[in-house]
Amino acid sequence: MTTALHRAAPPDAVPKKKDRGGPWLSLLAWVVGILFVLPVVWMVLTSFHTEADAATNPPAVFAPLTLEGYREFFSGGATPWPPLLNSLTASLVSTALVLLLSFPAAYALSIKPVKKWTDVLFFFLSTKMLPVVAGLLPLYLFAQNTGLLDNIWLLIVFYTSMNLPIAVWMMRSFLSEVPVEMLEAASMDGASLSKTLRSVIAPVVMPGIAATALICFIFSWNELLFARVLTATVAETAPVFLTSFVTSQGLFLAQLCAAAFVVSLPVLVAGFAAQDKLVQGLSLGSVK
Amino acid sequence: MTSVAEKTGEGRVGTTPPSPPGAARRAAGWARRAPLLPALIFMIIVTQLPFVATLVISFMDWNAYYPDERGFAGIDNFKRVFTDVNMRDAVWTTILLTVGVVLISLILGLGIALLLDRKFRGRGAVRTMMIAPFLVVPVAAALLWKHALYNPEYGLFNGALTWLWGLFGADAPQPDWISNAPLWSVIFALVWQWTPFMMLILLAGLQGRPLDVVEAARIDGASSWQIFRSMTLPHLRQYLELGALLGSIYIVQNFDAVFTITSGGLGTANLPYTIYQIFYQAHDYGRASAAAVIVVIGTIIIATFALRTVSSLFKEDPGR
Repeated sequence: MTTALHRAAPPDAVPKKKDRGGPWLSLLAWVVGILFVLPVVWMVLTSFHTEADAATNPPAVFAPLTLEGYREFFSGGATPWPPLLNSLTASLVSTALVLLLSFPAAYALSIKPVKKWTDVLFFFLSTKMLPVVAGLLPLYLFAQNTGLLDNIWLLIVFYTSMNLPIAVWMMRSFLSEVPVEMLEAASMDGASLSKTLRSVIAPVVMPGIAATALICFIFSWNELLFARVLTATVAETAPVFLTSFVTSQGLFLAQLCAAAFVVSLPVLVAGFAAQDKLVQGLSLGSVK
Repeated sequence: MTSVAEKTGEGRVGTTPPSPPGAARRAAGWARRAPLLPALIFMIIVTQLPFVATLVISFMDWNAYYPDERGFAGIDNFKRVFTDVNMRDAVWTTILLTVGVVLISLILGLGIALLLDRKFRGRGAVRTMMIAPFLVVPVAAALLWKHALYNPEYGLFNGALTWLWGLFGADAPQPDWISNAPLWSVIFALVWQWTPFMMLILLAGLQGRPLDVVEAARIDGASSWQIFRSMTLPHLRQYLELGALLGSIYIVQNFDAVFTITSGGLGTANLPYTIYQIFYQAHDYGRASAAAVIVVIGTIIIATFALRTVSSLFKEDPGR
């Protein structure tokens, strides 16, 4: 990634055709970027306004800022802490499980591939294409009969299965980047499997593992349908809390924006912090 | 399915060293397969078993409101699904929604990726701004669009219209976006969320492009358009396919936006939402299952066709 970003400037001999519309294209890029980020900025700004200032037309952009929306969200009616904690638990544990299961599988599909590995890979991917609603009812009935309804562990198992195919797919691509010659050299030198994993494979795939983990975390944190059907009061997750919060409180725009921002914050922070990893994970890995 | 598998087998015959006989080979085979098994078994249990159960329930009369009438229904549920007008509308809505969002966000994403592939002041900042929509929790984004942006009385869109028209001392039009164009309201919000995703994939594709060849073509006098048509676009092909594939997988199943923005009203109920309603509100388990089975069969047919005939994503890696 870094090499691609900082690639060498073209030599002077090349006619600089590209730069003719340069300033305008740069301006256009800025305008597009601002347009895309505007709703998020608006959400944050509104969350710091009073309810009266939030619901004005035309918009009160320069109204005084206040923390009232956040105070109401955290201490009004229902407390958001248990749902936030549930989401954190479900996302972190399922991400760990996904990594634990997908790494060996990806290893078997890339370094020394089993026969028919494309079929296995296709099977993993095809489970992703099954609409989740197709398995929802039996899981619900199963949970109802075993007393697992409103239990965070059921969500963890489901989130693991939801992210595993994508993780296997991404990890396989990252493992395929490990040069065959290096593996052969390691086995010539008589390196054990764990030694090979640690000193040959790990350095190459670590960024890939980080990207995979980030993406699994984001998808688990965001999930709504299953959480809505399978949880109630105890295991409720943050997105479910957010939807019920709106219906039970009536509409307070500043409070809603504060709630939406708080629930999105972990993903925003993680995503911005690991932008390059995200880019790499979503793209280079999955194609190669 | 088989054609690729055969190719794999044939391809390997020449490259693998002669296999050791009998037991040793079997042991080696298992050593290769073993790491795969936990994930494979887990996936089969968690995704395939429930689907088999769905299949069984789809042939049953089972409504939670009438527990005594549970029994074998034959293909009645399927007949009811096929003759259900709502179901047919949902299929159509799903297709429009998916194709609309994927196409628009791919084209926008390509344009923005090309803009961001150039060097300019603040490129990193613009990329960071572009990623933001992808990082907002989908339900939060849907709520934001519904209440803070689309709202006819105090939403940002109509507020901005009031402000703009106010500059000229005129009364601004104040459309009710969601009621006037419900499906487009959902599509627009989803395009906003998915364009960054497409942009990221395509940007990485652009940056993996062999630049020396492009420069050579430029020296030979090729125009920017020619370079784009005959070099950039072919290079981006598998990235475009990947974006379309992943985007479709997620948008076909979209629940959050439909559920939040319109509650499936005004002709925006897609298949996941409709099935959710039959199951969660009507409690008609048999009919919900039949609908789910039909959706799965449809998805498999389309996905198999798309992946096997059109796509270049499942190419073999040479030398493995």
